[in-house]
Amino acid sequence: MKDILSELEERREAARLGGGQKRIDAQHARGKLTARERIDLLLDDGSFEEFDMFVSHRCTDFGMQDQRPYGDGVVTGWGTINGRMVYVFSQDFTVFGGSLSETHAQKICKIMDMAVQNGAPVIGINDSGGARIQEGVASLAGYADVFQRNIMASGVVPQISVIMGPCAGGAVYSPAMTDFIFMVKDSSYMFVTGPDVVKTVTNEVVTAEELGGASTHTRKSSVADGAFENDVEALSEIRRLVDFLPLNNREKPPVRPFFDEPGRVEHSLDTLVPENANTPYDMKELILKVADEADFYEIQADYAKNIITGFIRLEGQTVGVVANQPMVLAGCLDIDSSRKAARFVRFCDCFEIPILTFVDVPGFLPGTSQEYGGVIKHGAKLLFAYGEATVPKVTVITRKAYGGAYDVMASKHLRGDFNYAWPTAEIAVMGAKGATEILYRSELGDPEKIAARTKDYEDRFANPFVAAERGFIDEVIQPRSTRRRVSRAFASLRNKQLSNPWKKHDNIPL
Amino acid sequence: MFNKILIANRGEIACRVIKTARKMGISTVAVYSDADKNALHVEMADEAVHIGPPPANQSYIVIDKIMDAIRQTGAQAVHPGYGFLSENPKFAEALEAEGVAFVGPPVKAIEAMGDKITSKKIAQDAGVSTVPGYMGLIEDADEAVKISGEIGYPVMIKASAGGGGKGMRIAWNEQEAREGFESSKNEAANSFGDDRIFIEKFVTQPRHIEIQVLCDAHGNGIYLGERECSIQRRNQKVVEEAPSPFLDEATRKAMGEQAVALAKAVGYASAGTVEFIVDGSKNFYFLEMNTRLQVEHPVTELITGIDLVEQMIRVAGGEPLSITQDDVKLTGWAIENRLYAEDPYRNFLPSIGRLSRYRPPVEQAAGPLLVNGKWQGDAPAGDTAVRNDTGVYEGGEISMYYDPMIAKLCTWAPTRSEAIEAMRVALDSFEVEGIGHNLPFLSAVMDHPKFVSGDMTTAFIAEEYPEGFDGVTLPELDLRRIAASAAAMHRVAEIRRSRVSGRMDNHERHVGENWVVSLQGEDFAVSIKADPEGSTVSFEDGSKHRVASDWTPGDQLAMITVDGETLVLKVGEITQGFRVRSRGADLKVHVRSPRQAELAKLMPEKLPPDTSKLLLCPMPGLIVKVNVEVGEEVQEGQALCTVEAMKMENILRAERKGVVSKVNAAPGDSLAVDDVIMEFE
Repeated sequence: MKDILSELEERREAARLGGGQKRIDAQHARGKLTARERIDLLLDDGSFEEFDMFVSHRCTDFGMQDQRPYGDGVVTGWGTINGRMVYVFSQDFTVFGGSLSETHAQKICKIMDMAVQNGAPVIGINDSGGARIQEGVASLAGYADVFQRNIMASGVVPQISVIMGPCAGGAVYSPAMTDFIFMVKDSSYMFVTGPDVVKTVTNEVVTAEELGGASTHTRKSSVADGAFENDVEALSEIRRLVDFLPLNNREKPPVRPFFDEPGRVEHSLDTLVPENANTPYDMKELILKVADEADFYEIQADYAKNIITGFIRLEGQTVGVVANQPMVLAGCLDIDSSRKAARFVRFCDCFEIPILTFVDVPGFLPGTSQEYGGVIKHGAKLLFAYGEATVPKVTVITRKAYGGAYDVMASKHLRGDFNYAWPTAEIAVMGAKGATEILYRSELGDPEKIAARTKDYEDRFANPFVAAERGFIDEVIQPRSTRRRVSRAFASLRNKQLSNPWKKHDNIPL
Repeated sequence: MFNKILIANRGEIACRVIKTARKMGISTVAVYSDADKNALHVEMADEAVHIGPPPANQSYIVIDKIMDAIRQTGAQAVHPGYGFLSENPKFAEALEAEGVAFVGPPVKAIEAMGDKITSKKIAQDAGVSTVPGYMGLIEDADEAVKISGEIGYPVMIKASAGGGGKGMRIAWNEQEAREGFESSKNEAANSFGDDRIFIEKFVTQPRHIEIQVLCDAHGNGIYLGERECSIQRRNQKVVEEAPSPFLDEATRKAMGEQAVALAKAVGYASAGTVEFIVDGSKNFYFLEMNTRLQVEHPVTELITGIDLVEQMIRVAGGEPLSITQDDVKLTGWAIENRLYAEDPYRNFLPSIGRLSRYRPPVEQAAGPLLVNGKWQGDAPAGDTAVRNDTGVYEGGEISMYYDPMIAKLCTWAPTRSEAIEAMRVALDSFEVEGIGHNLPFLSAVMDHPKFVSGDMTTAFIAEEYPEGFDGVTLPELDLRRIAASAAAMHRVAEIRRSRVSGRMDNHERHVGENWVVSLQGEDFAVSIKADPEGSTVSFEDGSKHRVASDWTPGDQLAMITVDGETLVLKVGEITQGFRVRSRGADLKVHVRSPRQAELAKLMPEKLPPDTSKLLLCPMPGLIVKVNVEVGEEVQEGQALCTVEAMKMENILRAERKGVVSKVNAAPGDSLAVDDVIMEFE
């Protein structure tokens, strides 16, 4: 009997070694942790429950029948993050380079099915050379099985991808369909076709890092939502993110004990908006001063910096924040910022996360590159996302809210629940100068007259009261009481119920 | 007494004067430039008058504008503060002509003390000890060498109109005297339009010690002890204290009496300061007299309990002094640290911007001030006093137009060492974010053995920080205390994290007791036992530290009692730990579980990107000139471009030979810190 029990332990030992000590050492030498070490860091100590430890592949071609290691290049199972259940798969680069076989895919599919059924997030740790070539089309089928599950799970449970090594070819499309992708600087890359193919086809010479490294995907392509210095930091930050997210779309976002007064008054916010309307200021200061404990988890921090997206907590509960950033491009909306914010708003709406919007937007960025790039449809994405969202929506206009961009930024007209404005707000069709130049075109030759007209326009429209008179602004609030007002607004919306008409799904301008 | 007083100044000193005026029941008028529209002194004053654009030479030092403000408001007296118009005889004359009282000395006294040569002559005549030297006009270099020989080397060659180190040379021999004379003369002619030069004995191991005097218009004069101001950076005082750790009672008395004699000799009537240079053998020599309220006056107030601003106002109102020399008692010890908006890690370059956070330590009254005049009505009394004279507030803007000093933090305690310890805690509790500032440097000075022993000269900063300031390396005991505190805080934060809603019942996360704390390159394995009063943190070597604090996650200031002593940490969250600032150090403190620590060890060390081929903008500012073009070969030390910040034109020079490959900025561009101005091949 004892022998049988100890045999289990021996088998487990063998499975835990993955591709063997030599390959583990090589993985470490690359600055990377092993699949199991990563799970150790991701989950609460001792909480991991593994599935399919003894699964191995069924391939008999190319001599594969002689190498059938346990696990088949991926470790799967479930565990807890701060006591909350998550499912996880972690590709094992030490086993066949983490390549995806039919059985490898089946393991992933198994935990994804369970995640959807049991309502818990899926976290995928990607470190794989790609398809297992020896298995041919069976491997491709495996990918597609995973893709289909990503699609079905989308909007049901949060899906997070962490790229901690190569992720190339068809493999990229699984992370691409998850909610968030995070990368590790210098040791991960993602691309559809690698540098060699690129060179053959287009003659471009490019390194893997330039083509699909963390910097490329966080700054240029926006494929990734964030990047971290190393594996340890990345996994720790994923834990921090999960603490913000609900486990599934049937649950409210999590609440945790907080040590910050909801009524906290921040006098310094009274001077946040500079006297000169053309002087930028840092909108992040407002976010940090409104948030519980100044804790802000930013999403896509390095991309389209003219809009800020991320999670904070108010009274311990998660709130998604979207804010124009006057420090970059004056905070205008453009293709990139609209896409970035639209996707974020839709994520929040999927998972019942209330949305707080801070507005200082001078309008849409003009120019041929914007029009040729389709700013009409991309801008419409954000408009659509806000308009369809049924979660609690609270908006604070700090300064400019001009033109169509005013409508887009969670205005009252898009079923905004609370629309507040600071006394410094200017809600108008456009800035005073532009408006005067159109309205008084005939006087353009006379700078004095135009200056007087501009002043008149400013006095009449460069304030929040015209909009407040019409009820488009629910109230004009003191900047220093923003946290209190916003917290109370969300508190009053805890039982909000609103649903859209039945439809198969909408047709957002993709 | 006056009913209304105008303060012809800004910043902390304007606020300081307003406080006393208010206490005396006098209403106050502030003046302000465009840049100070929202300044604290404007808010504090009963009335405020706008006097023009931001540059001081178009506002604060334009006599006509101040006179207009006086007429407009009907102020009966003007307190000039320090700087600006405070030592301008023309201003005092203009006030006299208008029948408005000047809260300062008579015009004649200002004039007499305003010129270095004249003041020295008067001092000599009044029996004040002066530095041996020659004060007549020196014709040529030969004469300079002859005089230097008579005085005895080393000698100092100085421009008569000079100040701030300009037109000043030290010569140790004949040749240096000859060269020094020529260059001083040229520099003086160029800088001041006045090439008069004098030569005097160069004092070795010099300390800057000054005597506070107080005189009325009835011929009474007293001295209020001394202030030691030897800790200076480029003639800018940084740390002051009273009394001086160097003087004995006899020297103090001798200096005080000479200072009063000098004041009386010029018919002085107000508060004034006689500056001396004191050598290693306690020989003291007169330097100059400042005919105004001195920046560092609070330390004198703290040890005497006398409100100098009140005395100045009363004297200006014609009252005789109510205090005699016998009434003056020096009690305890006071230290002042000047908080500058200067980045110590960037060679003290001025830093401007929005004060996103500004929380001075809580003011607290104690000592003589508590007895003779409580500073803050509601401040609790304690064994130590904390006073912060400031002119800024959270959410305010530090502009480029004025002095970068934003606060004067003072502590008082019965003894010097207690006052220093109180200052360390006060500095650690002082929260300033949004701009670069010298708090870490001040903390470093407070811990410097030479300062602690009181053994310092005016060369302290130049000698102890010859390469500038690059942070502090904390001793082992401090590190352990911080490690113990961080471990305890991390445990609290982790327990909170484990209490998030949506947990699996009965399968909650158990937060462990064992942690590995990494900071300043050292790892400490610790284990924490918490009880209702605090935590006991045990280290591997068996040592234990007792930690107690009411810190909760998110608090940016942690007040901790470690082993019974107060430790204040500025805390920010980083991945797996905290950024901790304390005692001048800025540390990344990681607190990891043993398993996390084991795996973190496998992570590669990443080097910061190489910026040696880039010219980065060292401060936020405006490019006024670009001296080189793409393709140009530059030599080490060659001027590359000029950045204007805080009214200062800073010339950026090539650190090494190279070829310019790219220029990213043009004149007129406004750049942020670390923006790339140009690149080299």
